[in-house]
Amino acid sequence: MFQKMIVIIISTILVNNFVLAKFLGICPFLGVSRKTETALGMGMAVIFVMTLATAITWLLQVFILNRFHIEYMQTIAFILVIAALVQLVEMVIQKTSPLLYQALGIYLPLITTNCAVLGVAVLTIQNEYTFIETLVYSVGASIGFTLALILFAGIRERLSLADIPESLEGTAIALVTAGLLSLAFLGFAGLVK
Amino acid sequence: MTLVQDLTNGIWKENPIFRLVLGICSVLAVTTQAKNGIGMGLAATFVLVCSNVVIAAMRKVIPAKVRIACYIVIIATFVTVVDLVMAAYFYELHKALGIFIPLIVVNCIILGRAEAFASKRPVLNSLLDGIGMGIGYTLALLILGSIRELIGTGSIFGVCLLGKQYIPFLLAILPPGAFIALGLLLGLMNKINKKLAI
Repeated sequence: MFQKMIVIIISTILVNNFVLAKFLGICPFLGVSRKTETALGMGMAVIFVMTLATAITWLLQVFILNRFHIEYMQTIAFILVIAALVQLVEMVIQKTSPLLYQALGIYLPLITTNCAVLGVAVLTIQNEYTFIETLVYSVGASIGFTLALILFAGIRERLSLADIPESLEGTAIALVTAGLLSLAFLGFAGLVK
Repeated sequence: MTLVQDLTNGIWKENPIFRLVLGICSVLAVTTQAKNGIGMGLAATFVLVCSNVVIAAMRKVIPAKVRIACYIVIIATFVTVVDLVMAAYFYELHKALGIFIPLIVVNCIILGRAEAFASKRPVLNSLLDGIGMGIGYTLALLILGSIRELIGTGSIFGVCLLGKQYIPFLLAILPPGAFIALGLLLGLMNKINKKLAI
């Protein structure tokens, strides 16, 4: 059991990194990775929301969708839960902790369009994880996302000073850089069977 | 005139992938083969056209404050339709695309077109916009898929083009290849566009 958790954590953070190997959450990955601080803020917001959302969608799947045999409603139900949850979290944080809201506030609405959140929710159901495994998986996935985001932001800060061919400026060079980062993460393949 | 513009807009001038760079996740993930690229492109096109039409038809009924939630429900409905139809009739393709079919819901292009175009224009314009954007998206997937399949395996649509002596450059169909290929393709498109502008 304990061993399986370790395997899940390592594989989601390094081997099957959500951004660099599974292509989930590319939009925020390219969008908010210009500065390390914003990358960190976005990463924290994703860790928080993703874990909460996956826990709730797992319960929804097992206790409502499976029980009434309406599994085909999965996509609609999950996206609505995630959208509502993001709104709710935003309001609760705003009321209870202004400091946290200042740090995470602007990143929260962006999370609804982060396909990694819906992706994790669907993947945990497909992989038939238990509740605990689901939690570990979503924490691992979001840490992996944050790691990739911060590394990439660090590279891009340097990149903004570099001399780049004119037609490759902006998104094009960012994608090529992401490719090289992904190549580095490919080195972890085989770490977990 | 404007109807024709609505149709052609998405194919080159505002191509969702090459110009707007929206909805990249699924593009990078499924383009290991040209066939998968086309399948994903057509699935997204169907959702895009249907949701554009329905949203345009209901644009006066949907209250402005909850419009995003309404759009998401409409889009998710069509995604479920595509998901079930593909599972029934194109099982192999459905398995190859996997999680990226339900993820059409959060594809930025579809919600983006709903918000930027379909919510303000009549049904016919929105239909044409959906078709144009869908063609642009599918073309981009086809181009990227063909390039990656050609370099990675030496063939396109499973038809061997480069001969037996070609040693496949496996990197192209691995994840890093997707990023690098799209990045270079974007650079090329920028260059072509600049040439055209002058």
